Amino acid sequence: MCGFLAGLETFSQLVGRDENGMYYINNTEIVDFPRFPHRGLLLDTSRHYLPLRAILETLDVMAYNKFNVFHWHIVDDPSFPYESLTFPELSKQGAFHAMTHIYTASDVQTVIEYARLRGIRVVAEFDTPGHTLSWGPGAPGLLTPCYLGKDPSGTYGPINPILNSTYQFVTSLFQEVSAVFPDFFLHLGGDEVDFTCWKSNPNIRAFMKEMGFGEDYKKLESFYIQRLLDIISSLGKGYIVWQEVFDNAVKVRPDTIIHVWKENPTPYTEEMANVTKAGYRALLSAPWYLNRISYGQDWMAAYQVEPLKFEGSSEQKARVIGGEACMWGEYVDVTNLAPRLWPRAGAVAERLWSNATVRDLQDAYTRLADFRCKLLG
Amino acid sequence: MVLFLTKTLRTSTGLSSRYLPWVFGFFFFPGLETFSQLVHEDDYGSFLVNETEINDFPRFAHRGILLDTSRHYLPLKSILTNLDAMAFNKFNVLHWHIVDDQSFPYQSVYFPELSDKGAYSCNHIYTPTDVRLVIEYARLRGIRVIPEFDTPGHTQSWGKGQKDLLTPCYSGERPTGSFGPVNPILNTTYDFMTKFFKEISSVFPDAYIHLGGDEVNFDCWKSNPEVKEFMKKQGFGTDYAKLESYYIQKILDIVFSYNKEYMVWQEVFDNKVQLKPDTVVQVWMENNYAHELSSVTGAGFTAILAAPWYLDYISYGQDWKKYYSVEPLNFPGTEKQKKLLIGGEACLWGEFVDATNLTPRLWPRASAVGERLWSSRNVTNLQDAYKRLTSHRCRMLRCEHEQAILSGIA
Repeated sequence: MCGFLAGLETFSQLVGRDENGMYYINNTEIVDFPRFPHRGLLLDTSRHYLPLRAILETLDVMAYNKFNVFHWHIVDDPSFPYESLTFPELSKQGAFHAMTHIYTASDVQTVIEYARLRGIRVVAEFDTPGHTLSWGPGAPGLLTPCYLGKDPSGTYGPINPILNSTYQFVTSLFQEVSAVFPDFFLHLGGDEVDFTCWKSNPNIRAFMKEMGFGEDYKKLESFYIQRLLDIISSLGKGYIVWQEVFDNAVKVRPDTIIHVWKENPTPYTEEMANVTKAGYRALLSAPWYLNRISYGQDWMAAYQVEPLKFEGSSEQKARVIGGEACMWGEYVDVTNLAPRLWPRAGAVAERLWSNATVRDLQDAYTRLADFRCKLLG
Repeated sequence: MVLFLTKTLRTSTGLSSRYLPWVFGFFFFPGLETFSQLVHEDDYGSFLVNETEINDFPRFAHRGILLDTSRHYLPLKSILTNLDAMAFNKFNVLHWHIVDDQSFPYQSVYFPELSDKGAYSCNHIYTPTDVRLVIEYARLRGIRVIPEFDTPGHTQSWGKGQKDLLTPCYSGERPTGSFGPVNPILNTTYDFMTKFFKEISSVFPDAYIHLGGDEVNFDCWKSNPEVKEFMKKQGFGTDYAKLESYYIQKILDIVFSYNKEYMVWQEVFDNKVQLKPDTVVQVWMENNYAHELSSVTGAGFTAILAAPWYLDYISYGQDWKKYYSVEPLNFPGTEKQKKLLIGGEACLWGEFVDATNLTPRLWPRASAVGERLWSSRNVTNLQDAYKRLTSHRCRMLRCEHEQAILSGIA
């Protein structure tokens, strides 16, 4: 069905208009197919809430650009807009505004169905154990209390990996999430876990000793993530994780997809090589952080990225299943989402769809300029 | 509710009174703006204003926004929406960089071919009615409209509708087919400019016209044998800045004869063109602009600052902070010199800007510049500014949303 939709998309873009305003289409044979199967766009609805219409509009334009995955980074530190049936307090306490800045179950279904009709999968990301500050107010006891010497400082850190209640919570939440989001894959995050708070907490330090982890908090992170992955597996889902999970040597299933996003300290090309060499499939986002704006025609840099440009065998290269353009929300809301995203994301879309030989910048410029007019018209 | 509106009706000293037309409107309007921003909502949805005494006045007299309608055409609606935003931020000058190399959207009555041949299309023009609308819309918001007709460089689009205006470039003995800046050696050039600026002077009521004068590339002039001949005759040697000077002086005289004052970009001053004392020099080159401000004001000219406020230069993160942190008077100079810096402009050049992204790119970043130009020198705390800027942004969005509803757009 998705292939059929993409075909219709190609067809619609062949329609031209003559001087008299008549629509016409030349007799054409279309031979077209995507280079990579995973062509995604990430939206972040936690740093700034995005109203439903902004998401739906984005899905329309994604379809026009032949993106087929909507990576919904739905919650994070600043806010928790996802209205959970199992844990309604999460959004009641964690959303920017419990009435106006949430996604109800109905909203979520609307997004999923709207996407489906456009050949777009919705992969939801519930990032843990870091990036979870907004989970705290609605789930007391979930986050690690940080300590200043002997006493709690009043602030909180990542999810507390040493409590059984944590894993009960996570099981229940992901039971719901697995049912709500029909895609086989869930994105579980796992990035940027700050160990400072864990290190400050005496109970955690005691646990580290007990488990023989020494001072290596990566082992504690690993401990959490492994249990999380087992929970998700038992729910019949596959998972995508950010690269730190791989970098920190967490034991993951062979069919895990590793999402490469960092440009340093390891250059992303090297990371892609390492990930695929270890036998995992990889998604590339590192050179496609479209939230990082700069003056001038930066679409060109995005366009010129070659995802398979790294040292590796052809088996390794075959493990690169695609990539995602990311629009993180620190400085993005509905007032500037569309002009910031388009048509720059179009450069990424072409890179993921078209043949590796389609690289000429001048030609791309002409087609991109024309495409932009079509988008606006 | 008792409200005191004590507004010091003060002008920036040291300026000709011609600089401040429509005095009443310009002082009353910002007061209303301040008043409107005191309105807040209580928990029950009622709007109220606390009893307040307002004591507020601008630090600088010239608080401008530059819009570029040549690199990309901006529909009228965009310009008008922007004027609303400007008023909300107490900007009082719209510097309308209306034409340039890429397109000539200004529909001239005397020279209709300029836009007929020079605009992107017949849908990408500003008719006399459009222009009058902008001027009046601005006036009602306490905003002056200063048009810029930039010459002799930045004029490629003029050549399409005005034959023989631009200098033909040469390769050896033969014309290459391409053109350079306005041709400074022909009488027809000055006949044209005389008539053209007669129209401009009557269309735009402000006392000032911006005449540009920036980035004049001498290569084409140097290649043209007639121009070379002229240089010899005039005794300019190989100093093409002298030729530029010769041209600009004649334009300044033309414009002055229509009772207008003029603004110019800094090159005109840098290249030692003879300027009338009331000329306003706009400092735009970022490199060592403090030094330039010293030079300009040291020579006795009035200056406005744009160099650190090119808002078209986007970058990741909270760049409003660097705009806010600029202190315009941070340049070596006497008290007298400092008084000659009458304000500044946030510029949004149009190479990568059109109606689809103008508003989010300009606002609320330009608000940081707006405060810098209005508020007292000691209002510099970034944390405090951040708090006020975020609620100011919400106010702006609320207003925009309401306006959209009222005009039937939302």
